[in-house]
Amino acid sequence: MPITTLAGHQIHVDAEGFLTDPAEWDEDLARVLAEQIGLTLTDEHWTAIRFLRADFATQGETATLRRISTVGGIPIKQLFALFPQKPAKKIAYVAGLPKPHGCV
Amino acid sequence: MSTTPDTAPAVVPNFETDAGAGRKLAIICSKGSLDMAYPGLILANAALGEGVEVHMFFTFWGFDMINKKTMGDLKFTMLGNTATHMPQGLGGLPGMTGMATSRLKKSIADLDVPEVPQFLELIVASGGHLWACRMSADMNKLTEADLYDDVEGIISASDFIELTEGAQLLFI
Repeated sequence: MPITTLAGHQIHVDAEGFLTDPAEWDEDLARVLAEQIGLTLTDEHWTAIRFLRADFATQGETATLRRISTVGGIPIKQLFALFPQKPAKKIAYVAGLPKPHGCV
Repeated sequence: MSTTPDTAPAVVPNFETDAGAGRKLAIICSKGSLDMAYPGLILANAALGEGVEVHMFFTFWGFDMINKKTMGDLKFTMLGNTATHMPQGLGGLPGMTGMATSRLKKSIADLDVPEVPQFLELIVASGGHLWACRMSADMNKLTEADLYDDVEGIISASDFIELTEGAQLLFI
């Protein structure tokens, strides 16, 4: 498990770069992670990120895109617009969580 | 494992792979049973979530997946399906198809996987394209008015082949 340093944050990541310890995350780090993948966070991004963090805390696993939409109340189209191409993985990355494992 | 900050460059996931750029998937759905509707829907949704362009072509019995009259009422039968590991004769008893269907629907709902119409809505919202087969429409005397609203058009097999040039293809 590599340790990497991003803008002064020392974090444990997996081989791909996803945080392996959600406790090392804070909102300041989220801005740095977002920057790494070319995103500037707006309030709408934050709604998705905060939902994912809260849902992970209660469910113990990363929500799929459908869950972010049905439970988190953010339309699918908006998620694709905010986090283009691979929204589920990008939100998980910025939120410092593992990639979602669910199929749907 | 080091406990001091290392100076190695940060590991960042590569979300924009070159191999993924312009990747296309074509899925031909030719079955109208509940159990055979799901593989195409699930794979289409998964591909869209990976940034892959997806085109679904509904043909023959697969038309039931986009026909407004039938799309919410696809059925699952034990008949001819040895994977249920039940005596085949049972499947022919009255009410068995209805029972098998409601059981399968419940298992799917328990996983929080949507029913066919809502699944198509999810695919369209994710940027997927739905196409209906011209010959199937003509055979069943159906027009665009009979089909799920987000079906983009009734097109010929050659049209579909043309618009999925270079795509990877799945026939279900």
